Amino acid sequence: MAKVPVQFTLNGSEKAEFIESGTTLLHALRDKIGDTSPKGGCHQGTCGACSVIIDGELRLSCLMLAETCSGADIQTAAGLAEGGMLHPLQRAFLDAFATQCGFCTPGMIIAAKVLLDHTPNPSREDVVEALSGNICRCTGYEPIIQAVLAAARANSQNAA
Amino acid sequence: MSLALQTFPTVKDANTALQASGTRYLGGGTLVVRAANEGDVSVSDLVRVADPDLARIAVSGGKVKLGASVTMAAIARHPELAALAPAARAVGGPAIRNMATVGGNLFAPAPYGDFAVALLALDAAVVTADGEMPIETFLAGRDRSRAIVAAVEFSLPRAESFRFLKVSRVKPKGISVLSIAALLQRSADGTVASASIALGCMADRPMRAKAAENALLGCKLTPEEIAPALAAAGEGITPITDPIASAWYRAEVLPVHLGRLLLS
Repeated sequence: MAKVPVQFTLNGSEKAEFIESGTTLLHALRDKIGDTSPKGGCHQGTCGACSVIIDGELRLSCLMLAETCSGADIQTAAGLAEGGMLHPLQRAFLDAFATQCGFCTPGMIIAAKVLLDHTPNPSREDVVEALSGNICRCTGYEPIIQAVLAAARANSQNAA
Repeated sequence: MSLALQTFPTVKDANTALQASGTRYLGGGTLVVRAANEGDVSVSDLVRVADPDLARIAVSGGKVKLGASVTMAAIARHPELAALAPAARAVGGPAIRNMATVGGNLFAPAPYGDFAVALLALDAAVVTADGEMPIETFLAGRDRSRAIVAAVEFSLPRAESFRFLKVSRVKPKGISVLSIAALLQRSADGTVASASIALGCMADRPMRAKAAENALLGCKLTPEEIAPALAAAGEGITPITDPIASAWYRAEVLPVHLGRLLLS
């Protein structure tokens, strides 16, 4: 299988790789680059565990071919913490006990980050809608929703 | 998975490459990459088109042209397409809506393809490199079609004349039990002058409810007057059975939801 060059920015760092044509972004990130924060859940676009942010938009890395992402700015959950400090969403998920097995958590946090980037003070309905493409099979959704709302409140207090 | 992707500057160039066996068109990826992930070995090569025109929304003089690569999210946030926003928002969660395209939705098998249901009610024209054809004709032959869809065109409906309903069990986003789109033109006295009703999940692809459309003509939208249309809604349907609902259930609840849509 022919290999193709792919270049993009991942969490602020330039990445350049040769990958097999047809490789999904999920596999490229996990197996080639070593960012295992996007999880391979259903590989069908249903569970949201592989969610990433591409050029500011929420996308599913399992349904994207890596070679279509050349030149893109990609953010994953692995890039959220800075200087050893958790991102406010990560902290809120811990504080609200919004994670059990943790498999869905990176996708949930990434989906929530896109929401808060565009809607800093979301309603509960906004949060439910934003997370509607993400499935959790152990925690249930209420602690997750509360965590996102708490992170939004913390952000608005910090901004005030 | 082993796929080879080729990118072409124009639809015409890609059309030629698409004729090869095992080759599929890559739009947003929500159908074809999903199929490859699922182990569909009939997919070996992918082609895509980089022409920015494919991602363009044009609204002018009451006419709409949506490029095939326009996403559901782009439609949902477009200020002049507010009437279509409910149908665009019915497609998947936020990430899927950022990826799913107009062109892909035309090929989505039931229980997917909710936006194509809306396009069918609007009697859209499907534009390919070979010309354009009515969406009903396109949908009937889509399994054999090897032409790349470039765009869809239709008259922009007035918000009050276009209605869309998706019924699902999981809230806020679930797979369709059924979906209904209706374009209703009414006379000054409130009687229905023309009706176009499209159904999703009532066959393997979107279909028109022509018996119900005919039964609505001249009716006012009251429970008594729409009753014959609701009784006729099941004519010609062959609903799908899947883990979401049985064919029997879908057929039973169709008139209930059509009634709610017409009386809303």
